[in-house]
Amino acid sequence: MEIVEGMELPTKTFTITRADLVRYAGASGDFNVIHWNERIAKDVGLPDVIAHGMLTMGLAIGVVTDWLEDPSRLLSYGCRFTRPVVVPDDADGAELTVSATVSGIADGVASISLRAVCEDVTVLGKATATIKVD
Amino acid sequence: MALNPDFVGRTYPPAPAYLVGREKIREFARAVGATDPVHLDLQAARARGYRDLVAPPTYAIRLSMAAAENVVVDPDLGLDYTKVVHGDQRFEYSRPIVAGDELVCTVTIDAIRSAAGNDILTTRADIATLDGEHVVTSYSVLVARGTDGGDA
Repeated sequence: MEIVEGMELPTKTFTITRADLVRYAGASGDFNVIHWNERIAKDVGLPDVIAHGMLTMGLAIGVVTDWLEDPSRLLSYGCRFTRPVVVPDDADGAELTVSATVSGIADGVASISLRAVCEDVTVLGKATATIKVD
Repeated sequence: MALNPDFVGRTYPPAPAYLVGREKIREFARAVGATDPVHLDLQAARARGYRDLVAPPTYAIRLSMAAAENVVVDPDLGLDYTKVVHGDQRFEYSRPIVAGDELVCTVTIDAIRSAAGNDILTTRADIATLDGEHVVTSYSVLVARGTDGGDA
């Protein structure tokens, strides 16, 4: 596959429900109560239970890795957690849409800029992955 | 309370080695919606040259955050962990984590600063095999909200 600057990767949309937060808590070992207890989340000033930033980050990189199908080529991945993903206690949960664009290629390394959006708000800042290219 | 600046550059003794389990990788892959079979199907992983299932990229947080938590509760550092949020996160990879890896995580405090009334701590967790092969480094910025200036 030829990778060129400006190329857009296939966009993915994820649904995040309370059950997904419990599953991620167990899988990651992050049992912080603000990710599953509405009472405590509200006590600390949040609108409701929020998703783990690392869950959002982990979902988002799937746009790159499921497209690349070569995990050894991933060199780096980073982001800022700018806005919380609020997850209501209903069947629909929150909807996260992740898009990604090849933003630059130099010296055998491609930079990919990711955009993660929930309720029209960008929730990850400066989300960037770098991959090896031929 | 401001953080103790003497802690910049301090490296903590590594946590006990972590053995990466195949089923833990499957659980994590399902939790983050990873669909590449290299994370789920042993034959697919082996067909692509891996010894075992490959962990999704953010799996390293399991090791680095647990190791960093042991550090940031050090009372001499002065961090109020009840007010900490994860500000940002970056991984730099030498190779993916694979099931069967026995990994050692060494945490260093890279930077300490204050901004807008918050204490901000940057930790670096170097994750390597027992033989010393570097696998991934995890940089985490932890922000303790409203703890600098005593107005918390």
